[in-house]
Amino acid sequence: MLNLSLKELGALLAARKISSAELTRAFLDRIEALNPALNAFITVAPEKSLEQARRADERRAAGDATPLTGIPIAHKDIFCTKGWLTTCGSKMLANFVAPYDAHVIERCADAGLVSLGKTNMDEFAMGSSNETSHFGPVKNPWDPAAVPGGSSGGSAAAVAARLAPAATGTDTGGSIRQPAALCGISGIKPTYGAVSRYGMIAFASSLDQGGPMAKSAEDLALLLNAMVGFDERDSTSLRRPPEDYARDLEAPLAGLTIGLPREYFAEGLSEDVARAVEDALAQYRRLGAKTVEVSLPNTRLSIAAYYVLAPAEASSNLSRYDGVRYGYRAPEYKDLADMYGRTRADGFGPEVKRRIMIGTYVLSHGYYDAYYLKAQKLRRLIARDFAEAFAQCDLIMGPTSPTVAFNQGEKSSDPVQMYLSDVYTIAVNLAGLPGMSIPVGFGREGRPVGLQIVGNYFSEAKMLNCAHQFQRATDWHGRMPSGIPGI
Amino acid sequence: MSLSNTDVKRIAQLARIAVSEPEVGEYLRQLEGIFGLIEEMQGVDTEGLSPMSHALDESLRMREDTVTARDQRDLFQTLAPQVEAGLYLVPKVIE
Repeated sequence: MLNLSLKELGALLAARKISSAELTRAFLDRIEALNPALNAFITVAPEKSLEQARRADERRAAGDATPLTGIPIAHKDIFCTKGWLTTCGSKMLANFVAPYDAHVIERCADAGLVSLGKTNMDEFAMGSSNETSHFGPVKNPWDPAAVPGGSSGGSAAAVAARLAPAATGTDTGGSIRQPAALCGISGIKPTYGAVSRYGMIAFASSLDQGGPMAKSAEDLALLLNAMVGFDERDSTSLRRPPEDYARDLEAPLAGLTIGLPREYFAEGLSEDVARAVEDALAQYRRLGAKTVEVSLPNTRLSIAAYYVLAPAEASSNLSRYDGVRYGYRAPEYKDLADMYGRTRADGFGPEVKRRIMIGTYVLSHGYYDAYYLKAQKLRRLIARDFAEAFAQCDLIMGPTSPTVAFNQGEKSSDPVQMYLSDVYTIAVNLAGLPGMSIPVGFGREGRPVGLQIVGNYFSEAKMLNCAHQFQRATDWHGRMPSGIPGI
Repeated sequence: MSLSNTDVKRIAQLARIAVSEPEVGEYLRQLEGIFGLIEEMQGVDTEGLSPMSHALDESLRMREDTVTARDQRDLFQTLAPQVEAGLYLVPKVIE
């Protein structure tokens, strides 16, 4: 039961073969048994989850169920959840019980999804390994020596270990796609503005985008149907007619043109990842797709542009943590300036402080044109690269990450090496395009490899179609980590 | 680009992050590494390009200037480190 798709779980619930309370209990038991070793969850509140499950069962009994009613989901601890501890992986918010729900949380609750708890993450979503969390690192279910990726590492590990059938994540520079790849699951970051940022604790507002993480593309489509929607309270939320993201899942791929950016298959890509990606592309050709080479010449520069724009926006967004209205306040201080300084020195971890300092510097007097404005111009170039590539193809594919999951501790002392591991995902955020990752095999030491699929704006349904057709023909997405007790 | 210990202290001061003397050197080393990465962009010709602040080049939506939030002061103040009589308390700033 714990390995079923959302559609299968929905059918069991609809046929009254199982209740949401029983299903939720089963996942909570598994979390209780396995989470101490994985550390995928920061907060679990079984009473709250079971109460939501009972309400879902009542709703079904009243004939008011959606396809997702009664299905459990885990939420990244970046989403404000009324009455639940919402820490964003930081000491700064270690005592913060959110007084309201994020739009994503509201939408999931409206669909009848049941929250299993709040998942671990890199502090304020800044990290690619989940090692910057104040609540300790998350273990990769495929290999406890490996990182799960980040920043949505807890969500990815929870789905991979079948502690949850689905989870929410957020992606500013790859934080849904990279952990999905490293943990062997599927995840999608929609077009910027599709999912409301209201109540999603801000990191870099012009790049942040929420999205679902699950076992398959079909599951993602159902979740996107629940999560996407206009929200007055997010000034960049897009007002568009609702769409059914599952509508094209079964369409054949014959005639599809897949663009392969030569820069994504160049130096820096490890052999084991290249091999698994090539095999996946061969599968796509067997399914009737054609591949063509395209070029995204400014790929490497996207890292430089990102590490100006994201820290600049973060330094502004995180200025709100001052020890006055909520969150941590240093125990001792001599005056107001000292209170701010000590609160922020103790409340933030090293990676967050580094990024705030970079952002503060690039926005400081006299440097704005040389850094922030320059990076915004590069962003234009990067978006143009994609526009030119999409003139030659329907979708772009390549590796999600240059390597399989690296070891815990391997890159944590060298921020530059850590940043370079996001080279294939960052440009997609800068352009605001939708991107996803699906599992396509295994590399070194049996660690999963992800295939990244990038679409043009608002082409999520086509991307999900493409991923679903691959998953109908292969079983990578159904594989489970062997080191984790079975179902 | 090269940063100095003085630059690091100034940035930390602007960011309102207290740094100890031994931390300054470590920050300097790491920030220089990161700026090494960032400086790669300075070689790119961006003449004539307009800066891109929104993925879809949309401007921020405006709304009517009316009250939309309800008063939740009591609820919000339960989260504050120190409050008194409905006010957030901070150390005295004016003698």
